[in-house]
Amino acid sequence: MQTIERDLVIIGGGPAGLAAAVSARKNGLDDILLIERDRILGGILNQCIHDGFGLHTFKQALTGPEYAQRFIDEFNRLGIDALLDTIVLSLDSNRTLTVSSKKGFIRIMARAVILAMGCRERTAGAISLPGTRPSGVYTAGAAQNFVNLQNIMIGKHVVILGSGDIGLIMARRMTLEGVKVEAVFELLPTPSGLARNVRQCLDDYGIPLFLSTSVFELHGKDRLTGVTVARVDDRFQMIPETRRLVPCDTLLLSVGLIPENELSLSAGVRLEPATSGASVDDRFMTNVPGVFSCGNVLHVHDLVDHVSEEAGLVGRCAVRYLKGEPAPEEAFIPVVPKADIRYVLPQTISGKEDVTISLRVTRPMRNAAVLVTDRDRKVARKKLVRLHPAEMIRIKVKAKDIETAEKLEVSVQC
Amino acid sequence: MENHYDVVVIGAGVVGNAIARELSKYAVSVAVLEKELDVAMGTSSRNSGVIHSGIHYKPGTLRARLNVQGNALMAGLCQDLKVKIDYIGKLTVAQDEEEVKSLYTLKDQGEANGVPGLEILDPGAMEKIQPRVGGIKALHSPSTGIICPYSLTIALAENARANGCRFYLGHEVTSIQKTGDRFDIRAGNKSFSAKILINSAGLYSDHVARMLGIDEYRIYPCRGEYLILDKRLKGTLNVLVYPAPHHGKAGLGIHLTNTVSGNILIGPSNEYQEDPEDYACTADIMAQLRREGHVLLPELKTTDFIRSFSGLRAKQTPPEIGGFKDFVIESREDVKGLINLIGIESPGLTSSPAIALMVRDMVTSLLPLTPKKEFNGARSGMTGHFYELSDEEKADLVAQDPDYGEVVCRCEQITKKEVLDAIQNPLGARTINGIKYRSRAMMGRCQGGFCLPRIVQILEKEFGYRPEDYYLKNLHSPLFSGNMRPDKTRV
Ligand SMILES: Cc1cc2nc3c(=O)[nH]c(=O)nc-3n(C[C@H](O)[C@H](O)[C@H](O)COP(=O)(O)OP(=O)(O)OC[C@H]3O[C@@H](n4cnc5c(N)ncnc54)[C@H](O)[C@@H]3O)c2cc1C
Ligand SMILES: Cc1cc2nc3c(=O)[nH]c(=O)nc-3n(C[C@H](O)[C@H](O)[C@H](O)COP(=O)(O)OP(=O)(O)OC[C@H]3O[C@@H](n4cnc5c(N)ncnc54)[C@H](O)[C@@H]3O)c2cc1C
Repeated sequence: MQTIERDLVIIGGGPAGLAAAVSARKNGLDDILLIERDRILGGILNQCIHDGFGLHTFKQALTGPEYAQRFIDEFNRLGIDALLDTIVLSLDSNRTLTVSSKKGFIRIMARAVILAMGCRERTAGAISLPGTRPSGVYTAGAAQNFVNLQNIMIGKHVVILGSGDIGLIMARRMTLEGVKVEAVFELLPTPSGLARNVRQCLDDYGIPLFLSTSVFELHGKDRLTGVTVARVDDRFQMIPETRRLVPCDTLLLSVGLIPENELSLSAGVRLEPATSGASVDDRFMTNVPGVFSCGNVLHVHDLVDHVSEEAGLVGRCAVRYLKGEPAPEEAFIPVVPKADIRYVLPQTISGKEDVTISLRVTRPMRNAAVLVTDRDRKVARKKLVRLHPAEMIRIKVKAKDIETAEKLEVSVQC
Repeated sequence: MENHYDVVVIGAGVVGNAIARELSKYAVSVAVLEKELDVAMGTSSRNSGVIHSGIHYKPGTLRARLNVQGNALMAGLCQDLKVKIDYIGKLTVAQDEEEVKSLYTLKDQGEANGVPGLEILDPGAMEKIQPRVGGIKALHSPSTGIICPYSLTIALAENARANGCRFYLGHEVTSIQKTGDRFDIRAGNKSFSAKILINSAGLYSDHVARMLGIDEYRIYPCRGEYLILDKRLKGTLNVLVYPAPHHGKAGLGIHLTNTVSGNILIGPSNEYQEDPEDYACTADIMAQLRREGHVLLPELKTTDFIRSFSGLRAKQTPPEIGGFKDFVIESREDVKGLINLIGIESPGLTSSPAIALMVRDMVTSLLPLTPKKEFNGARSGMTGHFYELSDEEKADLVAQDPDYGEVVCRCEQITKKEVLDAIQNPLGARTINGIKYRSRAMMGRCQGGFCLPRIVQILEKEFGYRPEDYYLKNLHSPLFSGNMRPDKTRV
């Protein structure tokens, strides 16, 4: 079996992998190999044909493929190696990968690896949806693939469960194609997608969004014929007297994304329960030396602009690691989420460099501030008009303010 | 007449297929009529997949005899058919002295049935087999195994097909007439005629018997629901662990069962249903299974549940009576040439090779059977899956056939070649579920989220499928409603 050696291997050619590769090259690294399972680069963006990408990075509303193309062009211009139509099947803690494609099954030994595998969607099985097992039940992303990439109409009368962004985008997309979208049902009391998507994809098209409401049963032995929906109380228990049958032939699920970390786990990467992604330091390195993580496989992002920015940073960090720049000493400073914060990232920092902390809040709030403290000393504070679980918040912390820090606590101050 | 056979078998479950394959060793013409578009669409794909040892059944019953015989035959059969089987053994665990007594009763019963290797173990020995198993004593039955039930059912059918047996899928038997010494059968708008008719219609065996005026049987479907757990938990169970029988506790109890693919099942539950095709899963039972799962496997996480399914037991006793009745396997005197198989509930999967021999003997007394020289019981092709091979073997295989290099299903690491094989094998899958059962694609944690779009592309490219051609399981379960826009690439 053929075995090759490379300096940096990047797994996944979505926006995260692309930006990491481009940045690694711009930071002076020659030997880079990006591996992508699909036949083309761009990752999930290829099926996101709506616009709204790149508002931060390019100050322009691009479609997903347009946004991806800017990075692909740059990637190609820099002449970086990519293996397309090639899947990484295993990764171990010594950064040895097995890789399979039509051209062969080979082993690659990498000096550094960047994980950029993206995420997968939660399924009907994952949320244990009761009822029959008919055709016509799709995750919203799979539906998006059929509709946008394969010219296939998945049904005529749609119900959407979950108000994640992909579900909202698909509600509009299907409506524009003349499909009847009955409603979007969301278990939580607040939408999980971005406010602008609720406005532009549902409100503008008169598609109702029912909060604190969920689907409790699928009907139809062969093709889906309807779903039973009901409201839930504040403990998410169904309120039986609110049960009603909603006829439909298609159910789209937009009930969450799960970082695709099976390879990471096999390499011994420690995952963070709150993000389902790796636990990383401020150089985005995992507990496995030389293994970095970025993009949706690290934590689910709402904006691809942030993915590219994060991955650019990770590309640079990987080069610094490969150039033997000593890692900041072991005494890492933990960063921990406190009141109203669901997670923070990175989970540990060195205190030697400026760092951007990414976080999500647990509930919607208004006119509040995100506060970073070290033993009750204020380190950073960011005031926000709206805070929403659907929107990732980022706050910059200066090295000079954390040199002597022992533990950073992040909280919301109302 | 065109569709003229010596033997017609109704139902392509594990029982019907085992019989068909057994008869394909002889110089007789055999046809299997199946109402679904594929084999293994009934109970045979919806069970625990345990090759039981035979300790649970009363000595002298058909179930006891056929179970023990079937268990022994299964090893060789699986070798010929290249079906994975793993004799991992089972611990039946007692928690108190009363239950210990029931272990000794089980052991005596098992020995009377001819079950090999039974031993009562102390906690020390139990721990060695299964760490943290708990309990004060256990009965170890080393001959208990696990198998993938639909793989076996499909393999039996493919091998029967390869040896000349004909399969009519999508052919529901709707009426049967006995004229002279032949049966005239209507199925799927075709007429068939047979000298011998074998009724292995599972949950509908009573219904088929009634078509010939036999009114003494009644099947009461009894549903068992399961949850499937992520492969992450592979390795937490070395053997099967069942609770000891205890008066006041119903059935075998909900338990964990490992599958040959490395998942774990929680189940089955036990609820009578009216409809012999009501495979729904219910909120109440799913919640109960989740609770029991957390008790049995403390390391279980909510993200570990990847899917649920249910199967229906073909019970001969109504809910108010409950319990078990023995299998009915009979060559009818009143309707000569008819062989009925009624109430083949558990351990029907285990017993299937032995049932096939018993039915063959019944056929012999009606129609002399002469062995066929050209019979080949070995199934061709690869054993097991690409993902199960070593790196070196994988590399060799990809070098031989590039379609092995293209991994389509990323959760289960199923290759394009395996998907193509599913379609091109002797019986040729015609539905998405057929592809799934054969290749294992779409069975992992993303449940087809990534690979279904990819499989659709393959079917379109390699076989010219149009959007209207994809079905989940039958002609009433289309996947899609058409093209978004007129497809200009087609004429
Ligand atoms: C269905 C969907 C719709 C979205 N819609 C929007 C939107 O409308 N607006 C928005 O701003 N954001 C959207 N997002 C989020 C945004 O697209 C993501 O944040 C971004 O694509 C994440 O980039 P990534 O590179 O981390 O992951 P991805 O884009 O998912 O890329 C990961 C890549 O890794 C490859 N890969 C995975 N495993 C392997 C392996 N083992 N071997 C080789 N290759 C592998 C995959 O094929 C894929 O190309 C959406 C996300 C999804 C999942
Ligand atoms: C929950 C559960 C768990 C079990 N666990 C085990 C176990 O661990 N070990 C074990 O040994 N056994 C187990 N069993 C029992 C085992 O699954 C069955 O005994 C076995 O699958 C029965 O096979 P069959 O071929 O008789 O029935 P089926 O697989 O149901 O086949 C009957 C076929 O007949 C077809 N058919 C019906 N009517 C017609 C018609 N009119 N025309 C044409 N075709 C027709 C049906 O479509 C079906 O395909 C379990 C069963 C259940 C329900």
